[in-house]
Amino acid sequence: MYQIGVSQPYNNNLFAPGHTACAGCGQSLAARLVLNALGPNVIVANATGCLEVFSSNFPQSSWEVPWIHSLFENTPAVASGIEAALKALGREDEAIVVAQGGDGGFADIGFGALSGAIERGHNILFIVYDNEAYMNTGVQRSGLTPFDASTTTSPAGGCSFGNPTDKKPVAQIVAAHGAPYVAVTSVGYYRDLERKVQKAAGIKGPKFLQIHVPCPLGWGHDTSLTIKIARLAVQTGLYPLFEMENGEITSVVKITPKPRPVEDYLKPQARFRHLFKPGAEEELKKIQAIADENIRRYKLYEG
Amino acid sequence: MMAQVRKTVVLEGSRGVAEAVRLCRPNVIAAYPITPQTHIVENLSQMVADGLLKAENIRVESEHSAASAVLGASAAGARAYTATTSQGFLLMLEVLYNMAGLRLPVVLTAVNRGISAPLTIHNDIQDSLAARDTGFVQLYAEDNQEALDMHIQAFKIAEDHRVLLPVLIGMDGFILTHSFEPVSLPTQEEVDDFLPPYKPVFYLTPKAPLTMGTKTDPEFYTEARYMLHKAQQNARQVIVEVAQEFKKKFGRFSGDLIDTYLMEDAEIIFVSMGSLVSNLRAIAQELRQEGKKVGVLKIRAFRPFPFEEIVRALSGAKIVIVMEKDISLGATGVLAQEIRAAFYGKANVPRLSGFVVGLGGRDVTRETVLKGLRLAQESDHLCTFLDLNPELLEEV
Repeated sequence: MYQIGVSQPYNNNLFAPGHTACAGCGQSLAARLVLNALGPNVIVANATGCLEVFSSNFPQSSWEVPWIHSLFENTPAVASGIEAALKALGREDEAIVVAQGGDGGFADIGFGALSGAIERGHNILFIVYDNEAYMNTGVQRSGLTPFDASTTTSPAGGCSFGNPTDKKPVAQIVAAHGAPYVAVTSVGYYRDLERKVQKAAGIKGPKFLQIHVPCPLGWGHDTSLTIKIARLAVQTGLYPLFEMENGEITSVVKITPKPRPVEDYLKPQARFRHLFKPGAEEELKKIQAIADENIRRYKLYEG
Repeated sequence: MMAQVRKTVVLEGSRGVAEAVRLCRPNVIAAYPITPQTHIVENLSQMVADGLLKAENIRVESEHSAASAVLGASAAGARAYTATTSQGFLLMLEVLYNMAGLRLPVVLTAVNRGISAPLTIHNDIQDSLAARDTGFVQLYAEDNQEALDMHIQAFKIAEDHRVLLPVLIGMDGFILTHSFEPVSLPTQEEVDDFLPPYKPVFYLTPKAPLTMGTKTDPEFYTEARYMLHKAQQNARQVIVEVAQEFKKKFGRFSGDLIDTYLMEDAEIIFVSMGSLVSNLRAIAQELRQEGKKVGVLKIRAFRPFPFEEIVRALSGAKIVIVMEKDISLGATGVLAQEIRAAFYGKANVPRLSGFVVGLGGRDVTRETVLKGLRLAQESDHLCTFLDLNPELLEEV
């Protein structure tokens, strides 16, 4: 017989080990850091995707907090209903409502639901774990796949350098809705992540966090390099970490001691391997230009 | 304080539904506007704005999100309601399957309207029949009083712990939603007594964390779907019980799984769902006066499908004539399929004809029905469109 029951949190983690994430998974680590920063008084709505699949295989669950998975594209709407129910039932103080999913679930297929939920002003913390492609289905391109990354649906080939477009600026689009708090952080900067999660939790209204989470399987890097890769994304200027409050940028994570060349970030990853073959020199320059523009726009480094 | 008095008032069908929903005290409403569902949610929005209904009203950005929001609300322990029609209903469809699978007792008004292409805003029931296999309990209202009553019953059926399934009420667009009829409006006291507050078995709360909506492997999926099917089977009994209890409390009965009219000794029986049943009642009455033994069977519950009740009701008949405003393209009318299936392997099977009528709001006239009667007497029809205009079908 399978018993319905709740185990004691393991080692005080609200996201229990024993799940089936790949070795070196950035998303599972980030999810654990998020929950531990929030504490037990949360209700989580989770989109379909890696995180959902590897954490909730019946009859086991890694979630020591109330958690629901409905579908792929409707998580912000499900969370809207949860938040409204807590209000209607006078249980508003019971929990922080979290809606979370991957870049595909939130920035592509669920983008309409996300936009609607933010525009309506629900008191929800939205979290996008950005691993830059549809990893659960086998590394297909999403709207947050970076320029020139090779995925299974934007493969590099004789006539292609991979993904022809750069990342959709989701955080800025969310901020343009008038969300009081929008932040981009990275699993490689866990103190920054923790601070932003806790700051977001203290703000009433819709708040949005985008967390960069390397995927060793999809990106093709060694499983021991997850944190290092995440940090290199920031240190090259390719993944700026910032906060926007009421539409204005209020903080950025500065690059120290100085920006690294983009090659340092690209080279350990198989998804960019084709850029290091003869004939791709111009592509590397384009990617360096993206990083330089980020450094200029977000004032990531003043040399 | 004066005791509340039950009133009979002339209301638009949509307003009647809104009043019924208000009396059921939903905690959360989420809806997206689509013709001809709009008057229902406009009325409810006004009730919330006027403080007559204490509910959270989520004005979502799509029907997919409307269904998802009531799903989330129900999972958090709230009584939740939504309404839609046609394309909106189809957009909800993915969520409807999920909602039933999660065993969330949401109530949904499925205003019935045809499906594009070609675009139509008018009535037939092709939309909600697309939800045939979702796990939703499906009830179809014949008139505005029944629509009103059915909503009050629907919450009770959905929330019964033997069922715990979402319930949809099919209600013909414009024909019912936009027509004014006198209806008896129950008092709040009566409804409160009939329908106590929702008591979920499980709901999302940090006080007792649980994981809802897990992934399953082949060793568990079948049992979960079987339990869903079992809940549908349980709903048969619960629909009957609730209809009886409603009759006791409010003095009205419009059938449970089915309803019958002039069926004793009937040799020819019309079968249908929704407002078309009223047309058929009038015609049957007229034919009875001419000495013809004609009756009407109303299918009130389409899911769970009342196989046994239908066979019992129709077994004495010589000819069964199914009239329906839907078509399973490439097969036959949906209701005719189900009724034929009900009779498989039975003795004393009546002759049966299936007719498609009234698609996209085409009036189902007395002449159309009488034509069906004539054709069915001549020979059996698998699936015949009764009201085609041959001029429009000429090759060009």
